[in-house]
Amino acid sequence: MLGQVIALVVLVLGTAVLGVWWSARQGAVRAPRETSAGIDWAAAGVALTDRVTFVQFSAEVCAACRSTSRVLGGLTGSSSGIGHRELLVDDHLDLVRRLGVLRTPTVLVVDGGGNEVARMSGVVSDTQARQALSRVPTAVAEADGEGQS
Amino acid sequence: MRVSKGIDPRGPRVGASITAVLLAAVVLLGASTAGLWLLTFIMLSFLLGTVRGAEGSWQGMLFKKFVRPRLGPPAEMEDRRPPRFAQGVGLFVTTVGVVLGVLGVLPAVPIAAAVAFVAAALNAVIGLCLGCEMYLLMRRAGLVRA
Repeated sequence: MLGQVIALVVLVLGTAVLGVWWSARQGAVRAPRETSAGIDWAAAGVALTDRVTFVQFSAEVCAACRSTSRVLGGLTGSSSGIGHRELLVDDHLDLVRRLGVLRTPTVLVVDGGGNEVARMSGVVSDTQARQALSRVPTAVAEADGEGQS
Repeated sequence: MRVSKGIDPRGPRVGASITAVLLAAVVLLGASTAGLWLLTFIMLSFLLGTVRGAEGSWQGMLFKKFVRPRLGPPAEMEDRRPPRFAQGVGLFVTTVGVVLGVLGVLPAVPIAAAVAFVAAALNAVIGLCLGCEMYLLMRRAGLVRA
């Protein structure tokens, strides 16, 4: 019986470590992947904003996508320089493969030139979204300039 | 995006916590016939959840009858497909354990229970949704269609 108890304790601890690791990754701002170079966003049906666009990959079955969508939508409302485009992975499997998107939601922060500046996956919080914007020099003023002229 | 009515997302999480406790009990029972019986019961529960959806499993019905009335309405509803898919993953893992156990490989019983425990416990405690995490990977591999 002692062996089984030890096995269960190890199992619970291992699960806890996995849970902490997974939670910490949710929405964390990561460096861009190289794969987005040369993507023709317009041809893929994604109209980019001049300064910075959150390109969000979502799925209908994904509950976390909805809250992420609300957060990003809120940010675009605060500034005209920030865009938010939500794509269904089912309609854009080619793009998903080219960009190395593995889960939903995945959000790419794309600058006006079509270059990926950062990416996040999992539920994105408002703080994390603003942190991602700070990777785009010209976008910081936009997000912070809420309410100012 | 289409926002379906869906199910209360707390239902599958409460169900997963009940299942996690049962799976932990299988681990404690170890490579034994008693463990095999309990794992078989859990396997049949997953079968029910796979056929009827997580909300139609006995855990889901316990939630509806005893837990839901004590809670306020959920902030938002959740698509019923990912929890149902997760039930299918649980069914697969526990079936492997049960089949091997019946064939005489009893250590497979607590091992299968341990694997299923990780998924059920993470679902219960932090809301990790295995079905959601795996959906895109399976779409990419062509294993499921939209």
